[in-house]
Amino acid sequence: MISFDFDYYKPDSIDEAVTLFRSLSSMGKKPMYYAGGTEIITLGRLNLLYTNAVIDLKGISECNILAHNSDTLTIGASLTLAQLGMNHYFPLLANISKEIADHTSRLKITVGGNICGNIFYREAVLPFLLTDSQVLIAGKNGLQKNPINNVFCKTMQLENGEFIVQLQTQSKYIESPFVSIKRRQQWNVGYPLITVNSIKVENQIRVAIAGLCPFPFRSLKMESMLNRKELSTEEKVELAIQHLPQPILNDVEGSDEYRIFVLKNTLLDVVETLEGAGA
Amino acid sequence: MGLASITLQINGENRVVAIREADTLLFVLREKLGLTGSKPGCLNGDCGACTVNLDGWPMKSCLILAVETAGHYILTIEGLKNTRIQEAFVEEFAFQCGYCTSGFIMNGYSLSQLYPHAHSTQIQEWFESNICRCTGYEEIEKAIRRVLNENNNL
Ligand SMILES: Cc1cc2nc3c(=O)[nH]c(=O)nc-3n(C[C@H](O)[C@H](O)[C@H](O)COP(=O)(O)OP(=O)(O)OC[C@H]3O[C@@H](n4cnc5c(N)ncnc54)[C@H](O)[C@@H]3O)c2cc1C
Ligand code: FES
Ligand code: FES
Repeated sequence: MISFDFDYYKPDSIDEAVTLFRSLSSMGKKPMYYAGGTEIITLGRLNLLYTNAVIDLKGISECNILAHNSDTLTIGASLTLAQLGMNHYFPLLANISKEIADHTSRLKITVGGNICGNIFYREAVLPFLLTDSQVLIAGKNGLQKNPINNVFCKTMQLENGEFIVQLQTQSKYIESPFVSIKRRQQWNVGYPLITVNSIKVENQIRVAIAGLCPFPFRSLKMESMLNRKELSTEEKVELAIQHLPQPILNDVEGSDEYRIFVLKNTLLDVVETLEGAGA
Repeated sequence: MGLASITLQINGENRVVAIREADTLLFVLREKLGLTGSKPGCLNGDCGACTVNLDGWPMKSCLILAVETAGHYILTIEGLKNTRIQEAFVEEFAFQCGYCTSGFIMNGYSLSQLYPHAHSTQIQEWFESNICRCTGYEEIEKAIRRVLNENNNL
């Protein structure tokens, strides 16, 4: 049971949601956008999060879109991970979505909620970082489109009152060869020890990682090491590891040393697989 | 803030109930409507003991607010009467203490209705959502496969 009370609103347009957020804030309330709601409910129950007004984004049609034309895939932020797991247009995203949480929970967790969540794995962001996707953000200045690599730095950098409406990915990236590896300490569902996603674009390997640090990241420095043609696979991986962001997680899922050991082996697999692939 | 009155469509009936908007569906089912078949386990989305069906799909009732479900069709274990999956659980002795059973059955019922010919990977994918502390997984799997195999033989 959640110990604090909140009001529940379900606007059906972007404008209404933004206006509601502003007017509730100006009344001294602490509104929060609500998508799948799973994190708000579970962290709220533990008093790790507080709100007194939730604004459900699931009634906004733009947030529920899944549209594909010849050059772009548009993904509404309120689509569930289960819906994305069944979407064959973006195999890497389908693959990672199907590995987050468990099937029943994925019917509720949304892609926008995962990317903007407090729980730091945020695995669904990896495919979007790798494919230089665009994020459509709604806020007091209307709608703005930004490259995700500019607005996602450890967490989604949103101003108070802003929310993600959609993510847009170019088809040319979606069709790239990819590898998606999620290593868990045990079981087949839930949080990772580490997750590595990688694609190959114009003969260059790109890599993004969750679960290694207390935030997901894509590292251009690591990528440049992994793409040094004059080196052996082992040397590339050794050099890439030297450019890891800090801190490395050291928790019940695994020590920092163990995580790096697993990462090395995973990167060896990634490089070997993608070096043989086209594109 | 106070209480809000909402109408929930549960097991084919309209039930008017006064709720706090912060109440989960699990809480409302058990504490306001006396439908105690959905079990509180982890309250964190991990165990599946609280699984109900929402518009035919499995849903962890600890992960959804009651207010979100207005206008949707909710089915709980109390709404299932003599279905094949219930019989198969009895035939295969697919329970020990029984705490996880309603959640497994609701998940299995959804699967058998939505995908009557579900394949092994799909069965595994769906059932990883539920935990049985008594570890009766083998019998539970047999019960589910029995129902799906019967569908395949139709
Ligand atoms: C059983 C279970 C297992 C899990 N396993 C994994 C896992 O393996 N890997 C993993 O990465 N995560 C996992 N998670 C965590 C989960 O992905 C996050 O908690 C996520 O935030 C839940 O999404 P939601 O749509 O329910 O979010 P909500 O609870 O609706 O929102 C979470 C946060 O995001 C904000 N928000 C939501 N939508 C938007 C938007 N469109 N724009 C701006 N802000 C928004 C909200 O204001 C809130 O602060 C798991 C969660 C559960 C319950
Ligand atoms: S009580 Fe809902 S998943 Fe455990
Ligand atoms: S029968 Fe006891 S928890 Fe499953």
